[in-house]
Amino acid sequence: MSVRRLATTQPDSFAFNADSEAEVAFWMNKYPPERKASAVIPLLWLAQKQEGWVSEPAMREIAARCAMPYIRVYEVATFYTMFNLEPVGVHLIQVCGTTPCWLRGADGLKAVCEKRIGKKGRGHLSADGKFSWEEVECLGACSNAPMVQIANSEGDYYYEDLTPQALEAILDDLAAGKRVEPGPVTRRHCSEPTNAKVGVLEDASLFDGSRAGRFELPNRARPQEPLAEERKSRPASGAAGTGGEAAIAPKKARKTAADGAAAAEAEAEKPAPRKPAAKTPAAKKPAAKKPAAKKDE
Amino acid sequence: MLLQDKDRIFTNLYGRHDWRLEAARQRGSWNGTAEILQEGRDWIIDQVKKSGLRGRGGAGFPTGLKWSFMPKEVGARPHYLVVNADESEPGTCKDREMMRNDPHHLVEGCLIASFAMQAHACYIYIRGEYVLERERLEAAIAEAYKAKLIGPDNIHGWDFELYVHHGAGAYICGEETALLESLEGKKGQPRLKPPFPAGAGLYGCPTTVNNVESIAVVPTILRRGAGWFTGFGRDGNAGTKVFSISGHVNAPCNIEEAMSIPLRTLIDQYAGGVRGGWDNLKAVIPGGSSVPLLPKDICDDVLMDFDALREHKSGLGTAAVIVMDNSTDVVKAIARISYFYKHESCGQCTPCREGTGWMWRVLERMARGEAQLSEIDDLLDVAGQVEGHTICALGDAAAWPVQGLIRHFRHEIEDRINNYRAGKPVFVPVAAE
Repeated sequence: MSVRRLATTQPDSFAFNADSEAEVAFWMNKYPPERKASAVIPLLWLAQKQEGWVSEPAMREIAARCAMPYIRVYEVATFYTMFNLEPVGVHLIQVCGTTPCWLRGADGLKAVCEKRIGKKGRGHLSADGKFSWEEVECLGACSNAPMVQIANSEGDYYYEDLTPQALEAILDDLAAGKRVEPGPVTRRHCSEPTNAKVGVLEDASLFDGSRAGRFELPNRARPQEPLAEERKSRPASGAAGTGGEAAIAPKKARKTAADGAAAAEAEAEKPAPRKPAAKTPAAKKPAAKKPAAKKDE
Repeated sequence: MLLQDKDRIFTNLYGRHDWRLEAARQRGSWNGTAEILQEGRDWIIDQVKKSGLRGRGGAGFPTGLKWSFMPKEVGARPHYLVVNADESEPGTCKDREMMRNDPHHLVEGCLIASFAMQAHACYIYIRGEYVLERERLEAAIAEAYKAKLIGPDNIHGWDFELYVHHGAGAYICGEETALLESLEGKKGQPRLKPPFPAGAGLYGCPTTVNNVESIAVVPTILRRGAGWFTGFGRDGNAGTKVFSISGHVNAPCNIEEAMSIPLRTLIDQYAGGVRGGWDNLKAVIPGGSSVPLLPKDICDDVLMDFDALREHKSGLGTAAVIVMDNSTDVVKAIARISYFYKHESCGQCTPCREGTGWMWRVLERMARGEAQLSEIDDLLDVAGQVEGHTICALGDAAAWPVQGLIRHFRHEIEDRINNYRAGKPVFVPVAAE
C-alpha cells in the first residue's frame, strides 16, 4: 500500500473546459445510466490531463457528476497511484524501477534524473520548474527495458530501450521545448527480436491477402448450405437471422465427423481441399497464394 | 522444431504492418465470423474446450470450461464479458503488443466470446498507463462499429456493444474481482468468492473475465480447428503462446512460440542468448514476478509449460521470462520484487498488508548481510503465513518469489550474513562479459 494525501494548498474551484466536457460525455455514455460511478477513474484522469493534477474541488465536481459521495471519490483518487495529488512538473518523468528494468539498468536512469532534476517525488520540481520525476512500478514494457513514461501536454508516452545517455538527450530536447518521438530510442520498432537465429513473421503469405480468402470452417457441428453464394450475396445486415443463434436448415447432410479433435486431425492431414473454393486451414499456404495487394506493407 | 510463421496467430505482433481494419482483414481477421456464429454458442464453447486453451492471464484455467459456467439462460440480469487488459505483472508485456498492433484479433474475439456467453456488452479494462494502446484500441473499435462488424444491427446479427475502460495504476486490478470493483468505480479491492463472477460479477450480473490473449486467440482457433491448436505443446498444455523475454539476454523480445518449448531453446533462438553465454546464467523467473525463480541447472532442460514448471515448484504464469546472469545480486532482485508487492498490496487483508512490507524490509537487510541466520527461517515462516491466508492471490504471489529464493539461494544469503559479520564485502558482483 502506498500512503497518499491531498496537497495542503488547494484551488478554490474547478471546472471542466469545453474539450474535457466532450470527453466526459464520451465516457459517461459507456456505462448504464444508473451506474455513473463507473466513470470516476476516467473523469479523474480527464481532470488531471486538464489541470496537471487532481485537486479537491475537482474531486467534488466529479462526485457530483458520478452521483457518488465525495468520500468515495477521495478513496479512489488516493488509492490509484497514477493520480497526481499535487502539482507536478510540466514534464513528469516516471522511471520504471521494478526488477526487469532494474536488471537492465534502471538505476542509471534514476541517477540521471537525480542529477538533472533533483530529489525524487512528483511534487519536487527541478530548478527551472519544468521537470519532476519519480520511480514507478512495472509499466509493462519489460522487453524494452529500461524505460520511462513521460507525462506532459503531448500525452503519456513510453520511451524505451534507454541508456542514461539517451535519457539525458531526451531531457535536453524537452528542456529546449522540442517534441521527442516516443518509442524505443534504438532502431527497434516495437519489441521484435533483433538477434534471432530464425526469421520471425517474414512469411509473405501471411500478408498477401491469401488468408482473407474463403475457407471451410473445420469441425462444423451441422451441415451447411453452400458457402460461396451465401457469402457473396450476404445482405448488409441480419445475415445471421434474429438473435444471432442462426438455425440454418440443413439442406443436404454432408459427412462431418462429430468428434472435433479427430475431425481436425483428419482435416489437417487431408491433402487437397474438398471444394475448389474452400481451403482447409492447414493446406492454406502456398497453393492459395493470390496476387492480392500488399496493402499493409 | 520451432514454430513456423504460418502457425503464428499474432501475425502483426511487431507492428511492421498496418493495424487498421483493411490490413487486418488481409491477414485473416473477420474472415468467416458470421459462419462461426452460425454454428451456435454450444459449438463455440465446445471447440474452445477441445482446443485445450488455458487462460493466458497467469492461472491457466481452461477457458472453455470457464465460459460454460455462465448461466445457460439469460434471466433478468444481462450477461457481461470483461477483458482483463490490466497487464501489470512484472516481466509481462505481451498484451500490449497485441492491442496496439493486432487490435482486431481482440475485437473479433470479444464478439465471438460474448456471443458464446450471450453477452450483449463487453468491457475491455486496460491499465491506465497504456495510453497509446488505449487510443489504438478505441480506434480499432470505432472502425469495427463503422463497418457494422459490431454494434447495434451489425452484419453478424448479434447486437453487441464493446467499450474500453481504463484503470489508473493499480496492479491489484488485474485480479478479476478487484477489476470488477474498479470498473464499478471503487477502490480495487478483491471480493470474497463465492459468489463467483459467473454468478454475480459486474453490477451483480453474470460476468466472465478473460485475459486479452485468451480472447484474441479464439477466432483463429475456431477458423483453423481445435485440432490444429492442440497440435502444439504437450498434453494439457496446448497451443501457441506469446512469451515475453526480458532481463540479461542479448536481445529481449516478445515471441509467439509453441507451448512446451525448452526454455533454453527459447532464449537461444530468439533472444540472442544469455548475456555472456549460457554458462553465465544464474537464474530465470519463468512466468512473471509472482512465480519462484529457477536456478541454472533446472533451466538447462526445463520445458516452458504449465505442468513442467509446476513440477519444479514454479509456474508458467504469464510466460514472462526474466533472465538473470551471474552478475546479478539475486537477493536484491527478489527484494525489489517484494517492494513491488508491498507497494501494490490493496491493504484489505492483514497478512498481505503487513506481511509484504515485513518481507521486503527483511530482504533488504539480508541483501546487505545485516541479519541473523535464524531470520532466514523466520522469513520462510512468515511467507508461509501470508500464502493462502488472503482473499486474493496477491499474498501468494508475494510469498512465492521469497520462498523460491530461499529454496535455491539460501547459501547466498548465509554467505552474506557471515561475510558481513567477518567484515568482508557482502556481495562482489561478477562482471557480465
